[in-house]
Amino acid sequence: MTATAPDGARSFRWRRRSVLPGFGLSLGYTIVYLSLVVLIPLAGLGIRSASLGWTQFWAIAFDPRVVQALQLSFGAALAAAVINTVFGVLVAWVLVRYRFPGRRWLDAAVDLPFALPTAVAGIALATLYAPNGPFGAILDHWFGIKVGFTPLGVVMALIFVGLPFVVRTVQPVLEEIDRETEEVAATLGARRWRTITRVIFPALLPAILTGFALSFARGVGEYGSVIFIASNLPFQSEIAPLLIVIKLEENNYAGATAIATIMLVISFAMLFVINLLQAWSRKWFGHE
Amino acid sequence: MQVRTVNISKRYAGLAALDDVSLTVQPGELVALLGPSGSGKTTLLRTIAGLEPPDAGTVYFNDRDLSDSRIQDRGVGFVFQHYALFKHMRVMDNIAFGLRARRKNKPREDEIKRRVLELLDLVQLSGLERRFPAQLSGGQRQRVALARALAIEPSVLLLDEPFGALDARVRKDLRRWLREIHDRTGHTTLFVTHDQEEALELADRVVVMNKGKIEQSATPDEIYDTPATPFVFSFIGESSVIPVQVGNGRATLDERLLDLEIGALPDGPAQLYLRPEDVTMVTDGGPGIPGLVVSTRRIGGMRRVTIECGLARHRIEFDALAEVPINNSQRLTIRVIGGRVYGAGAEGYETERLAASATSDFKWAKAEGWLDR
Repeated sequence: MTATAPDGARSFRWRRRSVLPGFGLSLGYTIVYLSLVVLIPLAGLGIRSASLGWTQFWAIAFDPRVVQALQLSFGAALAAAVINTVFGVLVAWVLVRYRFPGRRWLDAAVDLPFALPTAVAGIALATLYAPNGPFGAILDHWFGIKVGFTPLGVVMALIFVGLPFVVRTVQPVLEEIDRETEEVAATLGARRWRTITRVIFPALLPAILTGFALSFARGVGEYGSVIFIASNLPFQSEIAPLLIVIKLEENNYAGATAIATIMLVISFAMLFVINLLQAWSRKWFGHE
Repeated sequence: MQVRTVNISKRYAGLAALDDVSLTVQPGELVALLGPSGSGKTTLLRTIAGLEPPDAGTVYFNDRDLSDSRIQDRGVGFVFQHYALFKHMRVMDNIAFGLRARRKNKPREDEIKRRVLELLDLVQLSGLERRFPAQLSGGQRQRVALARALAIEPSVLLLDEPFGALDARVRKDLRRWLREIHDRTGHTTLFVTHDQEEALELADRVVVMNKGKIEQSATPDEIYDTPATPFVFSFIGESSVIPVQVGNGRATLDERLLDLEIGALPDGPAQLYLRPEDVTMVTDGGPGIPGLVVSTRRIGGMRRVTIECGLARHRIEFDALAEVPINNSQRLTIRVIGGRVYGAGAEGYETERLAASATSDFKWAKAEGWLDR
């Protein structure tokens, strides 16, 4: 028997005949729909900001206040996404693997950040973590950590709104993992930790990356909850979406769209990279 | 390695999955655990592997008590029905998994590679080491699973319905091939199956289980020729049952004397179990039991005939040569030349299954779901 090479370069074919009919119709619908709902509004954004001209655009882009706001927005979203990934996987693990009273309630509670108006969440968090709030006071007094009205508060709010994304993407995949593969790992002499890192984690990785990407994307765009818990001081705890709103209120539409365009480009680039990573991980771990 | 279970008991949701089971498997032996679903065969296998802690009883490998030993330290090679391969690993990493997980005497990477290639050769999959499990057929996957189990040089090889998910043709090939591997490597091997043909063909010894107990543990010949219980008789091969009377060491059917060895049975009602070959047609006008043909069907070179006999019109199946014309509603005379008589109260597989499904379908379904995961 000769060594078989992995599938050769898959050649792209414009499929004319397929066992699944309706390819043309469904693709056409998808493109029209995506255009109406996503692409055209976003293109409008680009066109609007293009009216500025390059010099003005760069001036806005490198305005220290804008740079700070973008740094905070993306930095906090990234931090929150990382934290959510770790604890979201843990929550999913507990919900899938253990049976305990109140599990269903806990399971349902995970979705609450989806349903709750984010402003409500922001107010609740601000009340708790403000320097004079119950948690904020303790943290400040004992550990000297200030959460409310600081960049830390922004991360806090983004953790809140992003958590369900990780849990809900990892949970079904974890449920699919066969008990037998773990049992077989044990019979082969693998201790628990090895089974988790070598057998379970690789199977979960694509889902974890998806959850991370969703949580991150949600964090970048979040507005409602953050403005209540951050003090929104320029150069300190002002997020980019807020800056856009401020520009709009100043009737500086071009400035607002310029910031929005920058956010769009960075977000797209980051999501694209995460998607590539995900595709790579799927391939590397033989998911397809 | 000798494997011994002593008085193992295990209950699931109030139902006995294993009821005081003691079994000894000699080093190098190939043993089949055979039984219907819910008989506890899989539970017994999992208990030996350490995947299922018994409620009572002890498992020994040679004379080592395994009560406090972890699965990881038992050195069992376990093969699941649905392969349980690591989907994200290539064939080679699947097989190397156990060697790499070793804490003591972990071989060097080039040594591991050599061993993996050796095993791939043994299971006839050379050249496929770079494939992912998804790129293999069912039979190939099961062979990878076996190679992976053999890689750790297990003291015992345990297989849970290893061919259950494969189609008939592949199953037959793999069966023969497993026998060869066993003869070559000499591992003490236990496998679970509900397929009697598989058990009889493959195993040195067949352990027939029912309702969490061992009904009989014997060679395939003994299991077929001298079934210890009516259950074994009716679970293995084809069988017909008719009630008879025992008196003075003889069995009678409707006061006709049957020419049978019946052993030491007490007088009273009893049951006669017959295989198709235990009955012949009387063509020379000699004495016999008259009956009426109910149906005939063709099986290979023979014709399987069902007739109704006796006052209570019990059905008996036997084989006649295909060239002898037999029609429905024809009258025939048959003679019983074999079979076994079991005392009253002993019930066979069919009667038991019927009774169970009639009385508590739900309970059984639940029990089966629990026991034969």
